[in-house]
Amino acid sequence: MQTRYLIAGSSHAALSALHAIRMADADGGVTLVTRDARLPYSPTVLPYVVSGRSDPGRVFLRDEEYFRAHKVDYLPGVALAALRPQDQTAVLADGRTVCYEKLLLATGATPVIPTVEGLSGVPYHVLRTLDDAVGLHQAMSGVREALVLGGGLIGMHAAENLARTGAKVTVIEAEAHVLSAYFDADASGIIEAAFSANGVDLHLASRAVSASRDERGRIRLTLGNGHSPAGDLLLVATGVAPAIGYVNGCGIQCDQGILVDERMRTSADDVWAAGDVAQARDFFGNARVLNGILPDAVEQGRIAGMQMAGDQAAKDYAGGVPLNTYSFFGKQALSVGTDGRGFADAEVHKSFDPQTGRYLKIVMREDRLLGIFSIDRWIDAGVMWELILRRTDLGPVKAQFLADPQRAARVLMSKTWR
Amino acid sequence: MGAYSTISFDAPKCDGCNDCMLACAQAKSGTDEIARSRIEVLKSNGSFELAMCRQCGDPRCVQNCPAAALEKNDATGVIDWDETKCVDCLLCTVGCTYAGIAYDRAAGHVTKCDLCDGDPACVKACKPGALRYVTTARIYNEVGQLEDLFAPGLSGCQGCNTELLMRHTLRRVGPDTVLATPPGCVPGMGSVGYNGQTGTKVPVFHPLLTNTASMLAGVRRFYKRKGRDVTAMALAGDGGTADVGFQSLSGAAERGEEILYITVDNEGYMNTGMQRSGCTPYGAWTSTTPVGERGQGKTQDAKNMPLVMMMHNCAYVATASTGFMEDLYEKLDRAIAASKRGFAYLHVYSPCTTGWRFPSQQNIEVARKAVETNFVVLWEFDPKNGVRLTRPVDHPLPLAEYVTMMGKFRHLSGEQLEHIQASVDKHAAFISRLAGERDAQMIRHLAANRTAA
Ligand SMILES: Cc1cc2nc3c(=O)[nH]c(=O)nc-3n(C[C@H](O)[C@H](O)[C@H](O)COP(=O)(O)OP(=O)(O)OC[C@H]3O[C@@H](n4cnc5c(N)ncnc54)[C@H](O)[C@@H]3O)c2cc1C
Repeated sequence: MQTRYLIAGSSHAALSALHAIRMADADGGVTLVTRDARLPYSPTVLPYVVSGRSDPGRVFLRDEEYFRAHKVDYLPGVALAALRPQDQTAVLADGRTVCYEKLLLATGATPVIPTVEGLSGVPYHVLRTLDDAVGLHQAMSGVREALVLGGGLIGMHAAENLARTGAKVTVIEAEAHVLSAYFDADASGIIEAAFSANGVDLHLASRAVSASRDERGRIRLTLGNGHSPAGDLLLVATGVAPAIGYVNGCGIQCDQGILVDERMRTSADDVWAAGDVAQARDFFGNARVLNGILPDAVEQGRIAGMQMAGDQAAKDYAGGVPLNTYSFFGKQALSVGTDGRGFADAEVHKSFDPQTGRYLKIVMREDRLLGIFSIDRWIDAGVMWELILRRTDLGPVKAQFLADPQRAARVLMSKTWR
Repeated sequence: MGAYSTISFDAPKCDGCNDCMLACAQAKSGTDEIARSRIEVLKSNGSFELAMCRQCGDPRCVQNCPAAALEKNDATGVIDWDETKCVDCLLCTVGCTYAGIAYDRAAGHVTKCDLCDGDPACVKACKPGALRYVTTARIYNEVGQLEDLFAPGLSGCQGCNTELLMRHTLRRVGPDTVLATPPGCVPGMGSVGYNGQTGTKVPVFHPLLTNTASMLAGVRRFYKRKGRDVTAMALAGDGGTADVGFQSLSGAAERGEEILYITVDNEGYMNTGMQRSGCTPYGAWTSTTPVGERGQGKTQDAKNMPLVMMMHNCAYVATASTGFMEDLYEKLDRAIAASKRGFAYLHVYSPCTTGWRFPSQQNIEVARKAVETNFVVLWEFDPKNGVRLTRPVDHPLPLAEYVTMMGKFRHLSGEQLEHIQASVDKHAAFISRLAGERDAQMIRHLAANRTAA
């Protein structure tokens, strides 16, 4: 097979790149290969498939008509197996080879299974694919007790879903707080309190040491803290790692993920990478990081696609900014940017009412926004992200911004529109 | 995909009454709580800003949605939100830098403007007229369907809007046209073609500067006698119209020849090296009104060509600007119709990036500012209805905001600026007076009295 553009993956980074390519090059041949057998969908929608809110038949981001209209060869159920970048050739899992002019690696991430003694001997779930979600949804009914290993976004979403079905849920998290990648101890505390109030048992700062089946056939975890909770269902959500098996020895430089420059180029000629699979520049420092969030996959995919198609308007990637919009039991926890770690001169303005559970933290440096975090207080994450990326001088409106960040930020960004 | 209708906001007209927000909250949320409006007027330093969904052409909120709940509607241009698919993950709000989609706590989900199915409640509620529902897109879509009668790749200066004018007017006027393009920028851009081939798909000729209108008069009469309805049309510069070509033009207008005469006024002989014309304004630099130790630009005011033409009692006379295409198109339609019964004259103000010396991306903005400062007044005339202001500017911007946009006025002294401001005010007042109801009333009154007597 031969193609001008070969894209591996069919999720946000891949689709965003495809969109950008077609903006600049309406006809160049595009082949899209993806491991998944379905039409494209987002991993982010899966918690809602698990809860039953989303119909698994209606979550697809594109249909066959889209690929037809955009002249894309869509090959689902065919994973990329190996690469020979020096020959501009990719080898697919079914043995076919594809010669490409430009290649995008957008294969995302897969769950990491921690080393827990006996874990491979017990049934457990993970959540990354639609099949995983449908399986978990089916397994959930009738579950009375459930175990969730990992108090990150995926684990907490699942814990809430399970608790809502009436199950007794236990979450085991190695860090001192849940969602510690996005929130500080006070903010996480508010979230933890909501889970506790809804009957979820949280084991913080504790690790699972071993897993086994107990006498009633249930799954039992033994924790480092001496507890040994049991359940009829176990979800492992301790983190993800870039899906880069195919890179193996082909010469493309990797660290934790595929290393890319500010144009999403890998170390190999004519090969780009974007999204969860890529390790790219950090906005706040010099390191290259895994950001692992949907909006960044969209952004990186767009930059890669524009570069691949030679779009004159292509700009460099500004760098990854951590951000998250997380809803729990009807409340919103929003997190945009960094909490100032690593900046000695960062100023932190924080208001926190443990009674009402309302929380706001603003982190600034030299009158520029570094980060903003809120619970049960609406701030426009996209507007704040943009203020951070533009390094907008908030000096002239600092008092207004600290008093009412949403309003002040809306004024600033609205001014940029004509 | 075509162009779409949109809500525009004219901040200087806003008085902060919040009626738009109230109307939106009522229409969309069934409440008087303006916090639940999907349009938000924000006061900032005595001025106003607007936060709302801009219905982006390449919307990031849509790409950020993991649930396929948002979609740009190709037919309406609205970004549609599907409640049955939304999962409340709020990632759309991460994609929006204008707070156009935000969480409504009372509703329990995100909300955004949907343009009220093409009849926005906020616009109807806006008494000062700061919000407008701009439907210009309709025209572009319609004109886009018509055949482009110019060759591809005209050689204009970068940022020149004359190509827009040439292509769109000829599209609208249609293939049954004979076009005259006297010496000037229009033939310079390629209308008369190269190497024996014309630059248009209609018959085009290159009259002398002096005889455009008389040649067209003959062409129209000839075809009329042959029984063919052909539009005799001129696309001429201001020099070829107001100076060199004036005697034949005035004669044709006085005789009521059936011609559509369009002047592209860039205030000088731009293609031959930017010499002054009768339409060059006071104080402007040109290569023949230089700025130096003695000279400080042109020392006379521009002659007001459209008013001169109005006094010929033509079938139709109007001024127009590429900054206001909706207005221009309405006038073009009326001018085409009038050219079948008499002389139709359309005077289009056309900023010149090269000769006026401003950045090439600023052309439309310069055209817009000319109108917003009253430097250019948009009006139309026909013998039956007299003069009508088509886009009255009640609160004009200071002239300085216009003249500082370009190099040709860079040297202006305070006195010179005052001079121009005074003539701008005088002219605006004069046109307003002409446009007053009084003439029409008086004529009716006299007629009524005559019958009675
Ligand atoms: C349950 C869950 C909830 C989440 N919630 C949020 C959230 O609230 N907010 C947020 O910002 N992010 C969230 N994320 C993360 C977000 O989904 C990812 O950042 C985003 O999907 C990354 O997009 P991507 O295109 O880089 O990779 P992925 O979405 O991982 O897609 C990878 C694609 O590559 C394909 N693929 C994999 N290997 C191969 C191969 N060898 N050959 C060919 N194709 C291959 C896969 O089939 C898939 O189509 C969540 C993730 C999960 C799992």
